[in-house]
Amino acid sequence: MWEMIVGELDHAMQELARNFAHLLPRLLATLIIALLGWVIAYALKVVVRGILRIAKFDKLSDNAGATQILNKLALPSSSELLSRVVFWMAWMGFILLGVEVLEIVGLHEYISRFFLYLPRLFVALFIVFFGLVAASFFSRAALLAAVNADSPSPGLLATLIRTIIVIFAVTMAFDQLGLAERTILIAFAIAFGALMLGLAIAFGMGGRDLARQFLERRFLKEKEDQKHDELSPL
Amino acid sequence: MDLLVGVPTHNNAKTVGETVQAIRVGLLKYFPRERVVIVNADGGSKDSTREVVAAASINDVQRSSDIYALRTLHCISTIYGDEPATEVALRTTLAAAELLRAKACAIVSPESTNITPEWIERLLRPVYRDDFDLITPLYRRHKFDGLLLRNLVYPMTRALYAKRLREPYAVEFAFSGRLGSHLLEQQVWDHGAGGVGTEMRVTLAAMAGGFHLGQTFLGTKQHLDGGSADLVPAMRQTVGTLFSSLEPNFQLWSTNHATEPIPTFGAEHDLTVEPIRVNRRRLYQQFGSGVAELEPVLKSILSPQTLAEVQGISKLAEDDFRYSHELWVKTAYDFAASYYKSVINRDHIIQALAPLYRGKVYTFLLDNRDASGEEVEANVEALCLTFERLKPYLLDLWNTRE
Repeated sequence: MWEMIVGELDHAMQELARNFAHLLPRLLATLIIALLGWVIAYALKVVVRGILRIAKFDKLSDNAGATQILNKLALPSSSELLSRVVFWMAWMGFILLGVEVLEIVGLHEYISRFFLYLPRLFVALFIVFFGLVAASFFSRAALLAAVNADSPSPGLLATLIRTIIVIFAVTMAFDQLGLAERTILIAFAIAFGALMLGLAIAFGMGGRDLARQFLERRFLKEKEDQKHDELSPL
Repeated sequence: MDLLVGVPTHNNAKTVGETVQAIRVGLLKYFPRERVVIVNADGGSKDSTREVVAAASINDVQRSSDIYALRTLHCISTIYGDEPATEVALRTTLAAAELLRAKACAIVSPESTNITPEWIERLLRPVYRDDFDLITPLYRRHKFDGLLLRNLVYPMTRALYAKRLREPYAVEFAFSGRLGSHLLEQQVWDHGAGGVGTEMRVTLAAMAGGFHLGQTFLGTKQHLDGGSADLVPAMRQTVGTLFSSLEPNFQLWSTNHATEPIPTFGAEHDLTVEPIRVNRRRLYQQFGSGVAELEPVLKSILSPQTLAEVQGISKLAEDDFRYSHELWVKTAYDFAASYYKSVINRDHIIQALAPLYRGKVYTFLLDNRDASGEEVEANVEALCLTFERLKPYLLDLWNTRE
């Protein structure tokens, strides 16, 4: 009985040793891949950061209004953040490659999914960033046009345009990521529809007189004023 | 060919007939022995502009005066496209002038409703007889007319290019064949956004190229639309063009020091002072609301000190409000440097200047409310000297990386 226990224990130990001997080189390989991955990811981070700085990405981000959002969230500059994202993506990729070497059952599928997901993540980030750039550009254009045309509430108009474009870009990004596609789409359609309907009702019914006054002032009185002013810039 | 007169048109049937007749009379009366041609470059007029040009004949001229043609007076009308484009119209005229080897050319705008034959003589003679390369016009103006030119375009051009040329943006001007060839070679109209401000690019190219400049007094200028050009397009044509010219001409303007007077034929300035209706309060309100609404935009364009000062004066009561020369010059130079560095979209920079310009105009109107022509000129001269004195400020901004 005692000999059987010792024998089984010995067998188990041998099995453990054999498994460990079998696992150890793979573990070492995983560690080497992770370490090598860290070095490559770090180099990639430095290169990406350098390219973004040369391309004045932070200035573009400033203009797009992304820097303000990052500052509010106590995050680093856009170029730093993007280079860090690249670093973590690359290093995570290497770590997952290393983990795959361990041949853990069932993990392979998850790793494949991760790599398939990466391009969508980048596209989503791209959409959000250029959405912010477009929102900044068009809201500023509207603000300047409204100020120079002496229109009422130019700030409100600019904010409205910025919000619509940002919501549109975020919706597209979520759609790209495949996150709650239907919910996002329906929520967007409802919100956008409600906004447009609200504006239509506000202008069509509630603001009928206001709209008439505005149009009269805009197209009749102002022209009259301009004629009377007789000031030519050139 | 000795002389060429270009008339760019687009739906100018109402005025082009009289313009062409005035040109014809001017050419026959003052240049009877020269070989001359009138070139009408039309941007696809939908009215009868081209027919009116073609119908104007020497017989009409002879019936109305005792002028007789010693030579054939050619008049060519051509369509350069379906849409009006000043740069294409000018290029067409320049190409015709080079092809015909014209010694002197003039461009005359059909928008002006009171062109006289004497304008043609005053524009062409200095180029044809006295070897000038560019002759720009001087007009009799009301003291509150052309305020963008007097408060920004002329003083800044003068300070940077060191030439006291009063009308850098001229729709009527004359140039030599030599300058015409230079303009064709340089393709000056391509150096900016979509051919905007072509007329001013001609003047700036002549200044930068070291050509022999002059100016001539033409008299009162009347526009078909009363001259009430919209501010923002006018700023794009003039201020935008001036700002965009600074980058390629940096070597020139950064080393210029003393400004040179320009030879002038006739009066250098002639201001009328009859009372006109101006809504000053509206300008004051537009300045105040513009500064408040555009704060995030102005923050990226103006230096912190200038912005603080502009915001400071925007809070002053209407009677106490003053946009000083020094602050205005710093504002203009901040805008020029920001334009060069493209801190935001360049067209947005030009648009953002409009509300601030209104503030300066308000001050100008207030300061010169009861001023005589000479006093207004003295005020403009003081502004010009401030632009010149603060030129190192622009250079500092220019050389700062961010």
